[in-house]
Amino acid sequence: MIKIKDIEKSFGEKVVLKGITSTFHRGKTNLIIGRSGAGKTVLLKILVGLFQPNKGEVWYDDQSFFQLSKKEARQLRMKIGMLFQGGALFDSWNVEENIRFPLDMYTEMSYTEKRERVKEVLKKVELTGVENKYPSELSGGMQKRVGIARAIVLNPQYLFCDEPNSGLDPKTAIVIDQLILDITQQYDITTVINTHDMNSVMEIGDNILLLKDGCVAWQGNKDEILTSEDPTIIEFIFASPFLKRLRKKALGL
Amino acid sequence: MINTIAYKLFYQLGQWVLWMRQVFSKPEKINVYWRETIRQMNDLGVGSLPVVFIISIFFGAVTTVQFYYQISGTFVPNYYIGYIVRDMTIIELAPTFTCMLLAGKVGSNIAAEIGGMRQKEIIDAMDVMGVNTAAFLVLPRLIAAVFMIPLLVILAAAISILGGYFASVWGNLFTVSEFIQGLHSFFIPYNVFIMLVKAFTFAFLLTTISAYQGYFVKSGSIELGKASTNAVVLSDVAILVADYIIALVMT
Repeated sequence: MIKIKDIEKSFGEKVVLKGITSTFHRGKTNLIIGRSGAGKTVLLKILVGLFQPNKGEVWYDDQSFFQLSKKEARQLRMKIGMLFQGGALFDSWNVEENIRFPLDMYTEMSYTEKRERVKEVLKKVELTGVENKYPSELSGGMQKRVGIARAIVLNPQYLFCDEPNSGLDPKTAIVIDQLILDITQQYDITTVINTHDMNSVMEIGDNILLLKDGCVAWQGNKDEILTSEDPTIIEFIFASPFLKRLRKKALGL
Repeated sequence: MINTIAYKLFYQLGQWVLWMRQVFSKPEKINVYWRETIRQMNDLGVGSLPVVFIISIFFGAVTTVQFYYQISGTFVPNYYIGYIVRDMTIIELAPTFTCMLLAGKVGSNIAAEIGGMRQKEIIDAMDVMGVNTAAFLVLPRLIAAVFMIPLLVILAAAISILGGYFASVWGNLFTVSEFIQGLHSFFIPYNVFIMLVKAFTFAFLLTTISAYQGYFVKSGSIELGKASTNAVVLSDVAILVADYIIALVMT
């Protein structure tokens, strides 16, 4: 479980986050949604320690992230996996080398054991036989899956995904969503996803945090969205006239 | 205006010093760093061989022809050309021009590669994993450079002298024995030491300056282009300033 308390962040004069407090649950897919510039990526980067907040706390279970010693922070980071928007794979390394990197850095496994582990995670993301390919030889969806494989290779307890479906066709996006959901449930990990994709919200949104103007505008789950009367979430999710009509029809309004 | 420039200069210098501390901190896993160093030695050293070879052979050839033009018809004996070509090559041409050339080839490559990693969030991905990115990305390149560039400079000196030899022999400017007599005359081994000190210093400067430009690049292709250009220009300026200081101190 991850708890954030009163997170504030500004860049110069521009205030991006204004006192965000929330909880991201274990074994659930926790989604951060909001319009562009709402502060989603900044919040995600604060969660993983890439940005330091001006104020507030981030708790990983019973550990306050920003008060950890260097050694403790390093140990905690080994439990964190992150999927970046573009995959963030080394271009000059092949798939196996990319996935093996965290194992090389943090484990004392033998080369054979590492290769076995790489094969295992590639099987998990349904991408066997691509070990020797380079990122440039893979499609966007495949690169994302390699990114997921690298993120889970150390058996993380916390998984972060920054816009995992951006640039993907709807069918591949569903495959990626399902994969993240499976991993979250199978390994019982805390997953936090920053997304724009409304399909993802309605498919895997166990816990949804809507940010607006740097504040939490709404929090709930995918089922609550359909029945919610809150105009902020309704306007955001059912933004197009078509979806508005569809919602009214579904609710018999 | 001057205040702003001074502020920026000191800010960059301070950031560079702090970043260098990070670069020289203890590596997380020696064998991973070592593997990366070997890879960089190949890219940076072996990959630069053809261009160093071509440039050096013409340096030597042109220097020989130009000096022959200067001293022919004077009382200066022809064998002096071999002596001048040798010393100019060892003291100045091989270390300084080879490193300025490598600033263009290797420096811009380092800046673009690390800058690309920053823009594609690869550095962020490693930061999340807890990797000391400054050390992991710079230290193997730096070790590879300070090891391989002096070797390239030695090679450049040898090839440059060979270029002079070919120019004199094939161009029928003067005899082989005159050239070789020149190479043997007034040789001071200390000059080779100066050459190595220069090569080592320039390698350090061009690698760290270029990597720094790439590491702190902002988003966008224009910024990446600027970082690459700055890497070359600043490395060249730093090499020339260091060249002057080494010349003052060591000669």
